[in-house]
Amino acid sequence: MSELLKNIFRFVLFIFVQVFILFKMPPLHRFITPYLYYLYILWLPFSMSRASLMAVAFLFGLSLDYFMHTPGLHAAACVLIAYLRPFVVNMLISQEGADKNYLSPSITSMGWAPYFTYVFVLTVFHHAYLVFLEWMSFGSFLYFIGKVIATTAISMLLILLTELLFFRKEKFRTNTV
Amino acid sequence: MRNVILFIRKYANFLFFLLLQITALSFLFRYNKYHEAAWMNVAGEFTGTINQRYSKVEYYFRLKKINEQLAAENTRLNQLLKENFERPDGNEKIVMDTVQTDTVSQIRKYTWLGAKVVGSTVNTQLNFITIHRGLLQDVRPNMGVVSPQGIVGTVVNVSDNYASVMTLLHRQYKVVVKIKNGGERGTIEWDGVSPMFVTLKDIPKSAKVQVGDSIVTSPTSSLFPGNLMAGTIAEIVDDKSSNFYTLKVKPSTNFFNIEYVYVIANAQLLEQRRLEDSTRKKFQ
Repeated sequence: MSELLKNIFRFVLFIFVQVFILFKMPPLHRFITPYLYYLYILWLPFSMSRASLMAVAFLFGLSLDYFMHTPGLHAAACVLIAYLRPFVVNMLISQEGADKNYLSPSITSMGWAPYFTYVFVLTVFHHAYLVFLEWMSFGSFLYFIGKVIATTAISMLLILLTELLFFRKEKFRTNTV
Repeated sequence: MRNVILFIRKYANFLFFLLLQITALSFLFRYNKYHEAAWMNVAGEFTGTINQRYSKVEYYFRLKKINEQLAAENTRLNQLLKENFERPDGNEKIVMDTVQTDTVSQIRKYTWLGAKVVGSTVNTQLNFITIHRGLLQDVRPNMGVVSPQGIVGTVVNVSDNYASVMTLLHRQYKVVVKIKNGGERGTIEWDGVSPMFVTLKDIPKSAKVQVGDSIVTSPTSSLFPGNLMAGTIAEIVDDKSSNFYTLKVKPSTNFFNIEYVYVIANAQLLEQRRLEDSTRKKFQ
């Protein structure tokens, strides 16, 4: 499957999983919302420019928003992590030129610890911004802190499970081709 | 000019980021004003169709629950028939007060429209349901929505064939209700803590309240006809510093398996709102 087709397929799949599985689950606690959808943005190829990353993230977030009747809420958070993603990748990339030799961020291309640091940092940014926007219209500081921490924990768990269940084999590509 | 272009090229990414953020935030904060007209129609139709596909599957598994709800509702309505009442003395005849039905519909205030729920959320802070009935089927924003068990929410947005309903489980939703026994009015809100309970505020401490008392709709809400079930009191929080009770209310509607609802159109809503608005303006 070509990379473009794969990403289009993932786009639809992540939205559906989020809307029809994760948001249908019986609520556990008000601080816990199981978010997984933004993993799509973390999986996008290294080669995409920052502007196209943000454009894709905006469309992706907005599609979820139309299902959730909150136009702009998830889109804003997605654009934020798409903007921050290249900074974080550059800081955490361990091997020299890994972003050239591998297609996209994954455990194989970055290594366990850097990959999960990358996921964790962007997760925190995503949730903090999302909950902050919610907090502007209602809620309290306790709600903000509690929800960011609890939701981050749940998201990390979900992402870990996803990474283990759907292990992405990444081919090592030399730049001599 | 050259510097401006250089500046834009240097910070193109950041400017693009700002542009997208501003677009997203303006969508978010101006949602109710112009956004709906421009976008929600197309997007609402699209998400509505997908939601409907999904709900067809889900619906099958809930048939038993739906049957029970409908049977309960039929029982309640059958109880009201005049055939159930009979005097031992055969000379007296029971005549029910009948509502005048007139074709000009000057007396009918509320019209009930049935609709099927095709999408719903319960576990976010801003919960909506989507119903498969829209503009072309006479649904308009600001109509009340009830389920066979009790009140659900208010229509906030419509597309051609679908409508979005803000439910009781939405942080910005407010509706005026009253206690069935005493008639004291208060406002129901949701504090976002648990989808099993909502909060009823502004009930004066002079009111006699008990755990288990019924909360029903008040005609002053102008969305619902009076005396429709809203919930039952689950807990009374006696705040010593206030003259008002804060009551924890269990909504009678089960938002987890809601399948059919009625949209209630108030024919006189526009007139009432116009009067209220002009009164407010007069004394500003």
